[in-house]
Amino acid sequence: MGLKEKMHEIKLKYQGKKMAPAFNAIHTFLYTPNETTHSGGHVRAVDDLKRTMNTVILALVPCLLFGIFNAGYQHYSAIDGFPENFSIWEHFITWDNFVLGAITVLPLVIVSYGVGLLIEFIFAVIKGHEVEEGYLVTGMLVPLIVPVDTPLWMLAVAVAFGVVIGKEVFGGTGMNILNPALTIRAFLFFAYPTWMSGDKVWVHGAVERAGTADAISGETILGYLAQGNTQEMYAKYDLSEMFFGFIPGSVGETSAFLILLGGLFLIFSKIASWRIMVSAVVGSLAMGWIFNLIVDFGWIPEYSKFYGLMSFEFWKHLIVGGLAFGIVYMATDPVTGSQTNKGKWIYGFLIGFLSVMIRVFNPGYPEGVFLAILLMNVFAPTIDHYVVRGNVNKRLKRLKNATILPDTVDGAAAELKAETV
Amino acid sequence: MALLSKKDANLILDPLADNNPITIQVLGICSALAITAELKASIVMSISVIFVMGIGNVVISLLRNVIPSKIRIIVQLIVVATLVIVVDQVLKAYAYDLSKTLSVFVGLIITNCIIMGRFEAFALGNGVWRSFLDGIGNALGYGVILIIVGFFRELLGSGTLFGIPVLGDPIAKTGLYSIGYENNGFMIIPPAALIVVGVIIWVQRSRNRALIEEA
Repeated sequence: MGLKEKMHEIKLKYQGKKMAPAFNAIHTFLYTPNETTHSGGHVRAVDDLKRTMNTVILALVPCLLFGIFNAGYQHYSAIDGFPENFSIWEHFITWDNFVLGAITVLPLVIVSYGVGLLIEFIFAVIKGHEVEEGYLVTGMLVPLIVPVDTPLWMLAVAVAFGVVIGKEVFGGTGMNILNPALTIRAFLFFAYPTWMSGDKVWVHGAVERAGTADAISGETILGYLAQGNTQEMYAKYDLSEMFFGFIPGSVGETSAFLILLGGLFLIFSKIASWRIMVSAVVGSLAMGWIFNLIVDFGWIPEYSKFYGLMSFEFWKHLIVGGLAFGIVYMATDPVTGSQTNKGKWIYGFLIGFLSVMIRVFNPGYPEGVFLAILLMNVFAPTIDHYVVRGNVNKRLKRLKNATILPDTVDGAAAELKAETV
Repeated sequence: MALLSKKDANLILDPLADNNPITIQVLGICSALAITAELKASIVMSISVIFVMGIGNVVISLLRNVIPSKIRIIVQLIVVATLVIVVDQVLKAYAYDLSKTLSVFVGLIITNCIIMGRFEAFALGNGVWRSFLDGIGNALGYGVILIIVGFFRELLGSGTLFGIPVLGDPIAKTGLYSIGYENNGFMIIPPAALIVVGVIIWVQRSRNRALIEEA
C-alpha cells in the first residue's frame, strides 16, 4: 500500500475532526483526492486553483534564480568593483554568487512560506474550512519584492499582518480586496522605511558596513535619477544591464527580460490577463511621455528635484524598478483586479499611469508601483460596477429604440424580439 | 444596597461593551484616529470628553422642557461649545504641551458625533441623574477604546508608554533593540489606528456573535 492509499485512509479516519482541514490541505497538495462527484454532469478540467497557482510559481522561478545570482553579483561587485568586460558566464553565473545569493535569499523564501502557511493552517482549523492555495503565489512573490537584507523577523511580522489583515479578515482566498503580497510590501514600507529605501539596502552587507572603511552602497537607478545624478547613473549602468537586470533592486524585480518571458508564458497559458498587462504598459508609457513633453517644452527648470525622473526617456521606465514585475505578476491578480474586459483596460491603464506619476512625485521613495496597484485594487469593483451599468444602459436603450414588429399571432414574436436585443 | 439600580448601572456598562459608541455605533472615529499615537494624549482626551459629556448631558436634561424643538441643535451646540472652551483653556493653562499635541482636536470635541448623539437621543428625553450616567457611560466607552488604541500604538510605534521607554533605548540599543528590534513606524500614522480599531471590532464581534449585523 503506497503513501497515496494510506493518506486516503487516514483522511476517512479524521473526517469531521478539528484538524481535518490541515490534513486535507497536505493531502490535496500531494495527490489528487480520491473523491468522485456524486450527482449531475460535470466537466472535469485540470486547471483548478492549484494548477493556476503552480503555473504562476513556475513563471516566477526564473526571477527567483536570477535574483539569487544577482544578490551575489551585486555584493561582490560593490566590494571588488564592477568587472570591465562583463561576461555572464565569468562574472554572473558563478558558484560564489550562487552561494551568497542562496544564503541571503532562501531564508526570505522559507520565512515567507513558513509564517504565511502557518497562519493559513491556523485559520483553516479555527474556522473549519479547507486550506486554500492562495498563499502559494503570495509566498513566492513576497521574497521577490523586498530588499535582499530585510531582517527576517520584520518579514515575519509583515507576512502575519498581510495574511491576517489583508486576507483572512475578509474571508480568505478569493475574498480579499487588496493583493496580500503588496499589503505585506506596503506594511514593510511604512513600518520600517529605513530598511526599505535609501542606497544601503539593495546590496547584501551594505547596512552592516555603513560607517566603516569597507562601506559599500548600491543606489537603484531610480534613486540616482531622483537625486538628479543622471550622468553618474549612465556612467555606471547601460541599457542592456537595465533590461537584463544586472542592477540593484528588490530581489526578483530587476530583470525586465525574464519578467517579459514570464509574462508571455502567463499570457500563453491564459493564467493572467493580457488586457491588464498591455493597458498597464500603455498607461506607463503615456505618463512617461507626458513628463518627457513637459521637459521638452522647458516647463520645468533643471534644478527642480523632479527633473531627473521627468527627463528619463518614457520607455525606460518599464525596464527599471519594479514596474514590469508589478504589471506582470501583481496587477494581473484575478481576485483583486477588475473582472470585466472593458474594466481591465481602464484598471491596467490607470495602474501604469499612476505608477509612473507616483514614482516621479514621491519625495521619499522613487517608486510607486505597489501604491498604484493597491489603490487600483480598491477601485476595481467601482470600475466593474460602472462598466456593468454602462452595458445595462446600452442594452436598455437598444430595447427602447428597437422596432418591434407587429404581432404575428399572440405577441410571442414581440417578446422574443425584446429578449434578444 | 447597591449604589445603582440595575437599570441605571446598565447606562454605564452598556456603552463600555455591547453598545460601545466607537466599535458598535462607529461614532467619534475621527478623533480616535488622530490623537491616539500617544497614550497620554488618549487619556487626556478621554477625560476631556467625560467632563464635557457628563456636564453637557446634565445641562441639556435640565433645559429639556424649555428648549424649543426648532432650535434645539443650536442650544446643544452652545452648551457643548462652552464646555469645550473651558476644557481647552484649562489644558492651555496647566498642560500646554499636551494641548499642543491635541491641537485642534480639543476644539473638535464640539463636533464629536457621540456628544450630539447622546444629547439628541438621551438627554432630551430623560431625567438629570439618568442623563448624567448615560453621558459618563458613553464617554467612558469612548475613552476605553481610545486608551486601548493609544496603548498599542505608543508601545509598538515608539516603544514607550507615557513617554517612558519600556522596550529599551532605541538609540543606545539596549533591551529589545540590542537584538535588532525596531519601532514600527506604521503604528505612528493615523491609518494604523483605523486598523487597530478594526481589530478591536473583529475581536468583539467574534466573542459576541449577536453583535454581527445581518448582511
